[in-house]
Amino acid sequence: MTSTFLPDKRTGPGAVLPPPAEGRAPSRARRRALNWLTAVGFQLPALVLFIGLVLLPMLFALYAAFFRWGGFGMPSDYVGGENFTRLFQDAVFLGDLWRCLVLVVLSLAVQLPFALAMAVLLNQRMRGRAVYRMLFFAPYVLSEAITGILFGMIFAPDDGFADQILGKVGLEGLGGQWFAEPSTVMATLFLVMTWKYFGFHMMLYLAGLQAVPRELTEAALIDGAGPWQRFCSVTLPLLAPTLRISVFLSVIGAIQLFDLVWVTTAGGPDHHSETMAVTMFQYGFKRYQVGYASAISVVMFGISLVFALAYQRFVLRRDLEGATTTMRGDGK
Amino acid sequence: MTASQKARKARNLPLHLVLIVVGAVMAVPLLYAALSGFKTTDELSRNPVGLPESWVTSNYTGILGSGDFWRLIGNSTLIAVGTTVLAVAVSALSAFSFARFAFRGREMLFTLFTMGLMFPFAVAALPLFLLLRSLDLLDNPLGVILPQAAFGLPMTIIILRGFFRQIPGELEEAATLDGCTPFGFFWRVLLPMARPALGTVSVLAVVTSWNNFFLPLLVFTDAQWWTLPIGVQQFQGQYSAEYAKVFAYLVLAMVPALAFYSVAERQLVGGLTAGATKG
Repeated sequence: MTSTFLPDKRTGPGAVLPPPAEGRAPSRARRRALNWLTAVGFQLPALVLFIGLVLLPMLFALYAAFFRWGGFGMPSDYVGGENFTRLFQDAVFLGDLWRCLVLVVLSLAVQLPFALAMAVLLNQRMRGRAVYRMLFFAPYVLSEAITGILFGMIFAPDDGFADQILGKVGLEGLGGQWFAEPSTVMATLFLVMTWKYFGFHMMLYLAGLQAVPRELTEAALIDGAGPWQRFCSVTLPLLAPTLRISVFLSVIGAIQLFDLVWVTTAGGPDHHSETMAVTMFQYGFKRYQVGYASAISVVMFGISLVFALAYQRFVLRRDLEGATTTMRGDGK
Repeated sequence: MTASQKARKARNLPLHLVLIVVGAVMAVPLLYAALSGFKTTDELSRNPVGLPESWVTSNYTGILGSGDFWRLIGNSTLIAVGTTVLAVAVSALSAFSFARFAFRGREMLFTLFTMGLMFPFAVAALPLFLLLRSLDLLDNPLGVILPQAAFGLPMTIIILRGFFRQIPGELEEAATLDGCTPFGFFWRVLLPMARPALGTVSVLAVVTSWNNFFLPLLVFTDAQWWTLPIGVQQFQGQYSAEYAKVFAYLVLAMVPALAFYSVAERQLVGGLTAGATKG
């Protein structure tokens, strides 16, 4: 995804260019037109699907967000920006934003470093590492809904399996209400998210680590760098592009979190685990305030877009520069 | 064993301990669910942690013997296959055009598709639902297949484009000289060569579709079309007091995904890392 948002000036090696002109301009123009038609013809099915089912619905949400509308017929009760002003006075929605931020911070501060540590561990030659890799990644392929239901039962309040286990190892005090208590629900949710997703980030890091040239770490070893120093000054900088992608995916994931919350708490207790997507679902599909729910969609999209563009501009951009400078001089 | 090997073993011991603990945390929830399925709900409340006293298989066999479970599997399969075929076919055509043609508007179009990576599905769910309702596609598998394929396009196009670009241009020139049309080259030369990449993107599409919850939740109110994740949620709601049964259901619902993962691990991991690092 590094360069996907950037214009790509490269021409495909086998680009079907018109053969050398034979002097007659109309024929050349016709050939070019034909080439364009062929190329665009191949794009048509994808364009129809994408515009019809991705772009148009989004544009319609943008339109509907300016109406008071129950979702039937066409929106007609135009209210201007009222839905948006209401949104930013809505304690639940402001809470959604706060909880999204909490999840992002927890992911960056706990989940991703943990995934990185596991990746570094499993990048060494050791017995059973293939099994560990497979095991750590396995939850990623499970449905988020099914995972959520499983953990909803494991973290059943008071006497669920998690409490039983904690009791066995003498940590009774740690457990308790889990999903059922406002003060612990987010931590429990984050625990399940980590169980499900750290393996995915670990796999990304492992792929990145394999790409770190052995010569560089060996050179550092010869220069007398300790393991920690080697990690910080050789491995980590070379892993930076992978880390940035992983952070990006983590944030986008937190913005759109729905399944896991819906099946475990449906946003409760008393909105303490609600996310933007859950609030949107509640208003759009349960209370038939579709205009208001559309405004939530639009804000979610706006946040994703601003984040993606800013990240693209300020963080991912450096990957390209990094790639060229490391090629030239970082081995010095 | 030499002394240095022994030393390395000793140094690795704490690392192994860490891995064993993490491995246990990962595996125990799944094992617990599988074991609980072999208990009765009565036993589960008396003996939640240990092995089953008598291995009761009726929870599992009861589910496997009911048509409901297999209908969920059938629906999930139909939708996953439909989504994958549509998304991969349409993306392959588009990626071919991006990779092998120079045409006006190419970069703009490609940027448009890559923007799709930033549209989290949840954002479009509501307007999409309204659109599907107006097209009368609710309670219709196409109502899930078409949007899933559309949202799968960006990633699939990006991965396939990268692959198609690596195929040498000489091949295309040779094929053209032999009288091959662009579509003939795509169909008879490029696609067969791109089998590994097609496998990778197909595996990604199948897993994404199989696990999708939000869209089927919106589209299917009729139990006839429910997919596996919806069915599991409904089952849990219906039998919420019969823990052992629900655990058995959860385990059986996880088996297809885990089996698929064990078969297609290489494509899945390869595709995810390629999708995240290239593009």
